[in-house]
This record gives sequence, C-alpha cells and structure tokens, in this order.
Amino acid sequence: MTGFEGATLAIDLLNITLLTILFVVAIAIARLRSLFAIVMLSGIYSLVSATWFVALDAVDVAFTEAAVGAGISTALFLGAMVLTSRTAKPEKGATKIVPLLVVIATGAVLIYATIDLPGFGDPNSPANTGVGVEFLERTYPEIAIPNIVTAVLASYRGFDTLGEVGVVFMAGLAVSLLLGFGERSLGATVRREDRINAIKDDEEES
Amino acid sequence: MKGDHHVILRVVAKALIPIIAMYGFYVHFHGEYSPGGGFQAGVILAVCVILYSLIFGIAPTMRAITPGFERFIGGLGFIIYVGVGFWALAMGGNFLEYDALFREEPGGHAGQHTGIIVIEIGVLFAVAGAMVTIFYAFAGRVSEIRDEDW
Repeated sequence: MTGFEGATLAIDLLNITLLTILFVVAIAIARLRSLFAIVMLSGIYSLVSATWFVALDAVDVAFTEAAVGAGISTALFLGAMVLTSRTAKPEKGATKIVPLLVVIATGAVLIYATIDLPGFGDPNSPANTGVGVEFLERTYPEIAIPNIVTAVLASYRGFDTLGEVGVVFMAGLAVSLLLGFGERSLGATVRREDRINAIKDDEEES
Repeated sequence: MKGDHHVILRVVAKALIPIIAMYGFYVHFHGEYSPGGGFQAGVILAVCVILYSLIFGIAPTMRAITPGFERFIGGLGFIIYVGVGFWALAMGGNFLEYDALFREEPGGHAGQHTGIIVIEIGVLFAVAGAMVTIFYAFAGRVSEIRDEDW
C-alpha cells in the first residue's frame, strides 16, 4: 500500500475501524447466550476480518475467509445448532474466570511477539527478501501463469495441497460415516419414499 | 410450504443461485489470473446447494443432488489429484512433477498448465463434495426445520 502521503492516515483509520468492529463483535459473541445470534455474529466476524485482509493486501486469504468462514461455517454451525439446544447455559464461578485469564495471557504473549515483527510492507523484512523474491522471479519463467499464489499452491507446494485435499476429503468421510448413512438419515428416507411412490405409480398404471 | 411468508426470500434466491454457481466456476477457471482457485470455487458451489436446501427444504435438494453423488464427487476429486501424481510417475518423473507429464523439453509449460488445471479440478470436486456431504449429514438428522425453531 504505497501512494501519496494522506493515504497512510486513511489506511490507519480504516484499520482502526475494522479492528474496532471485530472487537465489538467478539465481545458480543462472548456475552450472548442465544446460539442463533452467536452463529450469525461469527459469520459477520468472518466477513469483517475478510474485509480487513483485503485492506492488508492478502486478497487470497480474504477470499477464502469470506467463502469458508462466512459461508460454509455459518451454514454448518446452523445445521449443528439445530441438532442441539438454542441457548447456551451460563457458566458459573471458576469456569467463568479461567478462560478470561487464558485469553489475557495469550494476548499478552502475542502482543509481546509482535514487537519483533518487521513493519507492514517493510521491503527489508525476511519475507520480502528471501524466498518471496525467489518465487516472484522464478514463477513466470518456470510455470508461466500470472497468479503466483496459484503457482505456489498447486505446483511448488503440490504435496502440501494434496495433503489439504486429503484432510477435506477425510473430514467429509468421517462426518458421513458418523452421521450421514443409515436407515434414519434423511437421504435414506428420501430414497425410500421415492421408491414407494414409484411402486405406487407402477401399480396405478398396470 | 405453509404460510408463504418466505416468498421474497425464495424469489431472490431463485434468481441468485445460478449467478452464485456461475461465479463459482468463474473463480475456478480464472484462478490462474486472479485470486481464487479450486478451494474457494468448491466452497462457493457447495454454498449454492446449501443455500437452496436452506430455502427450499433439504428433501427436494437431496432428490436433485443425491448424498451418494456428493460422496462420489468428493472421492473422485481426491482420486483425480492423486491420479496426476501417478501420471507423472508413469511418464518417468517424480510424484506430482508436472514437467514430466508430456516429457517436454525444458522451457515448455504445457505440463505445468495441464497439471495445475487438472489438480484444481480435483480440489474443486473434493471440496464441493466434502462440504455438501458434511452439510447433508448434519442437516439430514432433523426431518424438517419448523419456523418457530429459528
């Protein structure tokens, strides 16, 4: 994000606004008891963080966050929520304070870690001098497709992506083995009804 | 459906679902040039099916796109991906070495392009299939979601 001088202020304001919205939404999620509202708010959380990723120039990550975080997860959470109750039980006593302490400690560690990080868009940072430049220089002669992210994902790190696809496939397999098959699943019911209707139709015709 | 107070939702969804599906394919086939690729496209296509089933009911969706078909697609995607790896092996290269696919001279890019396109199709199938399978598994446990349950 380079440009003229005033741009930095605008970008700072944008970042602060988006992070404030994220903070407010996170607090609301932590305090709410209605699971439906929590699911909806976590979708909003994903969408706002996707917007923020766009502001940080991480378009591919933003895209994935919007599609997976705001799209699929919300739908799956809704599906899971329908199977359980609609409200969460309020926590009491020690169970209420321990998570807060864990979150504060983790946050402090993360903030401490950011002190060592290079500045945003720093051209001398390790990410922009080492392997990143290497990929930028080598991708076009070697693979000849313009989107370097796709080239890295599908070609240079093809094994990695194969593993990810395997994980996704196994997740689907595991869930369908646990919940998806069997006489009581809706798929089997729909098939059974269709078969009964087909038999009825045949009998009416004959 | 009783009490047709979701009519706006249904009309809008009917118009939007084909566009969402089209956008999914655009994201997939334009992944070479712009952000996106098989993962995102697969999720968008899965969202199409899920949106349809949220609005028009799960049983009609299961009649159109059967759970068995989605499981098949999910497995097929993974097999396509692994198949490219074995294709490269069969041509004398390493596993997933796209340059070996057509035994090109150094400097040729057809192998890389074909390899990337085919594995992206594998990713698309696997992700779309797995996502809809998971959704069917969860949503199929309750027969019909009543309005007052929301």
